Amino acid sequence: MTRKLPATDVVIVGLGWTGSILANELTDAGLDVVAVERGPWRDTASDFPPSYAPDELRYRLHHELFLRPAQASLTFRNNLEQTALPVRTWGAFMLGNGAGGAGVHWNAETWRFLPSDFVLKSHLTQRYGAGFLPPDMTIQDWGVTFDELEPHYDRFEYLCGTSGTAGNLKGVIKDGGNPFEGPRSRPYPTPAQPQPFSHTLFAEAAKQLGYKPFPQPSGNLSAAYTNPLGVKLGPCTYCGFCEWFGCGNYSKASPQTTILPVLLGKPNFEARTLCEVTRINLDASGKRATGATYVDSSGDSWEQPADLVILCAFQLFNVQLLLLSGIGTPYNPRTGQGQIGRNFSHQTVSTATGFFDNTKFNFNPFIASGAIGMCIDEFNGDNFDHGPHGFVGGGYMGQVQTNGRPIETTPVPPGTPGWGAAWKKAVKDNYLSTVFGGAAVHGSSYSYRTNYLDLDPVYQDRFGRPLLRMTMDLHDNELKMSAFLTDRYAEVVQKMGARQVDKQPRKGPYDVTKYQTSHLCGGAVMGSNPGNSALNTYLQSWDVPNLFVQGASAFPQNAGYNPTGTVAALAFRSAEAIRGQYLKNPGPLVHA
Amino acid sequence: MAGPKRRELLATTSLVLLSVPAVAAGAVVKDGLPWTPGQADPPEAAAPGSWHFFTVAEGAAVEALVDRLIPPDPETPGGKDSGCAVFIDRQLAGPYGRFEGYYMKGPFHEGTKQQGYQSPLTPAAHYRIGLAALDKYCRASFGGSGFAQLGDGQKDELLKGLEAGSVNLDAVDGKQFFTQLLTDTKYGFFADPVYGGNRDMVAWKMIGFPGARYDYRDWVHRHNERYPLPPVSIRDHPNWKL
Repeated sequence: MTRKLPATDVVIVGLGWTGSILANELTDAGLDVVAVERGPWRDTASDFPPSYAPDELRYRLHHELFLRPAQASLTFRNNLEQTALPVRTWGAFMLGNGAGGAGVHWNAETWRFLPSDFVLKSHLTQRYGAGFLPPDMTIQDWGVTFDELEPHYDRFEYLCGTSGTAGNLKGVIKDGGNPFEGPRSRPYPTPAQPQPFSHTLFAEAAKQLGYKPFPQPSGNLSAAYTNPLGVKLGPCTYCGFCEWFGCGNYSKASPQTTILPVLLGKPNFEARTLCEVTRINLDASGKRATGATYVDSSGDSWEQPADLVILCAFQLFNVQLLLLSGIGTPYNPRTGQGQIGRNFSHQTVSTATGFFDNTKFNFNPFIASGAIGMCIDEFNGDNFDHGPHGFVGGGYMGQVQTNGRPIETTPVPPGTPGWGAAWKKAVKDNYLSTVFGGAAVHGSSYSYRTNYLDLDPVYQDRFGRPLLRMTMDLHDNELKMSAFLTDRYAEVVQKMGARQVDKQPRKGPYDVTKYQTSHLCGGAVMGSNPGNSALNTYLQSWDVPNLFVQGASAFPQNAGYNPTGTVAALAFRSAEAIRGQYLKNPGPLVHA
Repeated sequence: MAGPKRRELLATTSLVLLSVPAVAAGAVVKDGLPWTPGQADPPEAAAPGSWHFFTVAEGAAVEALVDRLIPPDPETPGGKDSGCAVFIDRQLAGPYGRFEGYYMKGPFHEGTKQQGYQSPLTPAAHYRIGLAALDKYCRASFGGSGFAQLGDGQKDELLKGLEAGSVNLDAVDGKQFFTQLLTDTKYGFFADPVYGGNRDMVAWKMIGFPGARYDYRDWVHRHNERYPLPPVSIRDHPNWKL
């Protein structure tokens, strides 16, 4: 039996980055907001203080801060002919859980996408001709431009205190920054982080090869910072326990360190933790959401009525909730019809490990942070002529090594036995003198007709609801791109002085056991009209106008950058439209 | 790991409990951050003493196995003396041994390599069956001797055979059992000593990893210099005794 609770103005599903941003904006507008979060409350002092945060086994290998598959998982197959099987433990990506969401464990690389990324289809068609794109590639323009998003990127960076060096200030190219970035309205709020030895060496080698290296924009702060909400962040200590971990120093930008202290001070906000939303409810017309139903930690079911529903779960679970709630039309890969589940994408990452002479190089790999690094952007997006190469897309690359944690980061040269005396000696000889960046080449993942999400016909979650089913494979375009980019990256590592470089371009088929970043995108994409998208560019559902769906599920395809900056910018833009337009005149913000 | 459960219990008792009177469980968080002094969720340290999961005979076999996977050398102890078998024992007796938190609903089907682990066999069951199968294989092939009684050369040959898939055990896939054992051994060697392996931080001293120091602000600018301080563990740091 589901019991009905008193109505509220807004119900938010999920209290990660987008849930926190929307909750803060809408409570500022005077609305009563209830956020329903399926994980526990999390705060720095209780959950990941410095005394036990640096624990590789507990957090990295046993996934303690993450959603556990027993609570919610998905099934996976490479193509329509296979039978999908459940993901029993995480591998290819890690999903957040609890207050702060994935904003607790992210590395905090805080990128903006390129201006051309937002008009991808028209840009590539104009430059290379429509015939240059693979026939089953389903990329499209976003319906929003970089210039429209710039003020919102800026708001997120100033919320976080992002550390970096501007490369394009109001159209003027600046030394030391990324010359390919779109024009920014003001510098980063804090200076770039100082860089450890191997990262600095990468930049020197890149410069010698004619590239323009720059520090990775980082939400691990170079200096103490007070954000516009009055929340204070501390300086990063380069502890080397950043991604997969919570930060004990209040120096990684997260909802905990930027928004929640202010949000929790507001009388018109409340969070309900350990409560999992099972359905968005619709009225009889199917055109209006009436609220959300959730199950609490005792297994009791509750209906929370609301005038406005904001879906802020992780990408996969946004799509699953839309499908389970009967919102929009499920995508059919055979006909190409339907929008929910269409254009799923991930990230095409690869690396090359550089082994150096240990009598000459000592990198102290444990001195690092999640978003530290020196990068080049010459091979990202359409920053280079793809004509001779026969593929589209690209990525940034750099020495972005985040850690020297020894279970994961004890690389040995190819050909070394996996155990025994020779392995032990090789571990000892190479630990301090190896460049080992997991996602050193951070490539785009474009969308295809047969990469999509729907509901699994067999496997169910703990409530008996169908799991989401992921059908995903790597396509020739991405494999060619990965090979080309990995070669360019390996040349820089060689130039750094490596005695041996082990190239590991991404190879197919897509493998759900191998970590490839947690940047899952698409499935409820934004666009210019209901024929090409589930949402308008304010992330408002075309089908149910009092439902807004935040997050990377709105990306029509993924660019060669980490997505969080763009996810947050879209959230701020959505919040601005709700406050400025929707509340005055509730209804569709764009008329199809 | 204990998972978030312990913390959740703490949270539900200390947070403002439900302002909506009808609501029975979960926690409402409002009117300020729900922080309580002294509330924390430290790791559960491996208890000292005898085996928790292994029988005496299993324990002896695992000590012999881990000491060939990571053999001792004049500077650094091997798998046995660094505590890898103790680590594996405590892991198997705990949540990991039961695959707690894994999606373990059926039906179970063998899939492609890309679809990942699809067996209902938990690590605890895998070790129990695998060690028995290994023992049976050894006794049949080496005149009644168990793995621990073999010479180093014989042990290494057998391990190489398991790794290559050329030695077949009954009841388990020998190669898969080898992979599980090797993975867990390396976890034990390199994990924080709080879990029973990496005794006296021997693995961290071997490679030069300073452990849980957590603050290198004075060192980020010092390029190509050996970091001089010895490692600290989350168990032993003088400022944060558990």
